[in-house]
Amino acid sequence: MCSILGIVNENGKLFSANYIIEGISLMNERCNGLGGGFAAYGLYPEYKDYYALHILLKDVELKDQVTEMLKDYVNIYKDEEIETRNVERIPQDYTPWRFFVDVPERYTNDADNYIIDLAMKINSTGGALVISSGKNMGVFKAIGYPDEVAKLYKLDNYKAYMWLAHGRYPTNTRGWWGGAHPFSILDNSIVHNGEITSYGTNKRFLESYGYKCSYFTDSEVLAYLWDLLVRRHKLPIELASEVLAPPFWEQIERMPPERRRIIEALRMTYGPAMVNGPFGIVIANGSGLTGVAGNGTMVGLSDRIKLRPLICARKNDTTFMASEESAIKAVCKNPDNVWAPRAGEPTVAMVNGDV
Amino acid sequence: MRIVADYKHYKQLNEEVFQAVQAGVAELTLEDVNGQRFIADCLTGKLKIDIYGTPGNDLGMFMDGPTVTVFGNAQDGVGNTMSSGKIIIHGDGRDILGHSMRGGKIFVHGDVGYRVGIHMKTYKSNVPIIVAGGHAGDFLGEYMAGGMIIVLGIHNSAKKSEILGDWVATGQHGGAIYVRGNVDESKLGNGASQFPLTADDEIAVKKVLKEYCQVFGLDLESVVDSEFTKIAPLSHRPYAALYTSE
Repeated sequence: MCSILGIVNENGKLFSANYIIEGISLMNERCNGLGGGFAAYGLYPEYKDYYALHILLKDVELKDQVTEMLKDYVNIYKDEEIETRNVERIPQDYTPWRFFVDVPERYTNDADNYIIDLAMKINSTGGALVISSGKNMGVFKAIGYPDEVAKLYKLDNYKAYMWLAHGRYPTNTRGWWGGAHPFSILDNSIVHNGEITSYGTNKRFLESYGYKCSYFTDSEVLAYLWDLLVRRHKLPIELASEVLAPPFWEQIERMPPERRRIIEALRMTYGPAMVNGPFGIVIANGSGLTGVAGNGTMVGLSDRIKLRPLICARKNDTTFMASEESAIKAVCKNPDNVWAPRAGEPTVAMVNGDV
Repeated sequence: MRIVADYKHYKQLNEEVFQAVQAGVAELTLEDVNGQRFIADCLTGKLKIDIYGTPGNDLGMFMDGPTVTVFGNAQDGVGNTMSSGKIIIHGDGRDILGHSMRGGKIFVHGDVGYRVGIHMKTYKSNVPIIVAGGHAGDFLGEYMAGGMIIVLGIHNSAKKSEILGDWVATGQHGGAIYVRGNVDESKLGNGASQFPLTADDEIAVKKVLKEYCQVFGLDLESVVDSEFTKIAPLSHRPYAALYTSE
């Protein structure tokens, strides 16, 4: 279960949230109202040089405590409550707040890792959760169906060039604000349909690199794995995808020698980063990746034996990735091209680049 | 009779279809269909249902008799456990098409997805048939117990792919898959092997393709003017030794 949808304009043109809301809502049958969320890129052009921290506060009084903590580590340029309205079915468990911050000068050469460490510190306080921490982007999530969550956050006020959306149907852990998708760290956000049976292995592997899992749900590891593989270890998207969804050994044996050597090396180096179990995911990245031109990427990927659906489509300069074709057709009646990517092979859309 | 599906919930749309059928309507056209699940499920008798748009998952599930034509692509689970009738898809089919199908026909103009024909079976005179004009994904005919699957590889909307995916006919113990052209042995899963077509096979395949070509306006001779490969089980009990000690 669960529904996923990503829409990206490759020329970086901003478009309203209404498209992503309409598309994701068409798949309400795939979720049960226990989690909905969105990631949006291009949100804060005025503050694009600052890390935008979206923080869920269990209690609004925690705000001062979090502010004090932030002041110890970063410069706060501006902060404000993220506007919400009452939505009947959504319990007001958290107050969302945004902080625009930058890193003190002596840490700027390792600013990204510095921000991750800070986010992990705040998450481990128990009452506050950093749900996104990238620049010029943000995550909005809560309990509820996706359209209810959109209403809660007044998303129709926002425009972005890249959107992710998720409707949750929790199967193994409880539904709560933090457990809704997307999961996000720095400029990476991820929406996931499926379940990760290798969660324990992945979690321990990530802990050895300083990541801490605090959302009580499997999908969280995907955001950190992508950050580790693509940003820190600088793997090309295609190889990072081979790590998450590697070919079987019998397939590797049939590969040409050069490729076989690469894939074998990846399996040996990143064995504990392999993601086992069914998944369909869409990953958004807001900054240019190593070896990739442009200002962002969207990647769609399914597990290596395709136990979850993923359909892609393209119309002019816009690319769509979804659990169901009908979600795309709801917002784009006549795509130029609709296709089902092969299992374990990434579909990549680049902002200012080619698919 | 014409029904505009537009943004109707599937429960409402299917209720309207059911009411019409109860009232004796034998020909229905559903327009602006987008994502509505379970269309034509459990319907019986000689109905004709034309669908414009993208019908949702489990189209024609448990269907017994009607002819459903989709002018567009279908989603996952077409013809799930259907008993008889015909589903014609003018675009692509997706994953688990023909899942546990036990009779009737599914004709797809373009590609089909993963696990097509999984668990399909024959019962007495009921022989389920799937024909894909394009390519098929991995695990085609997985645990197949009966019936016929034909993959032509003629129309291909996927960006790149071979005519068959990997692990074809894994665990197959009945029925046959016919592929237009040669098949690399490495594509086959455990329990299946390649065989030359017998005269009976050729007659059966040609008979089905004649109907398929009529439906899509294709030239039969150019479709059958190629070698076909037959994939069939090596044994009726491929896993006999797995759970029992004899």
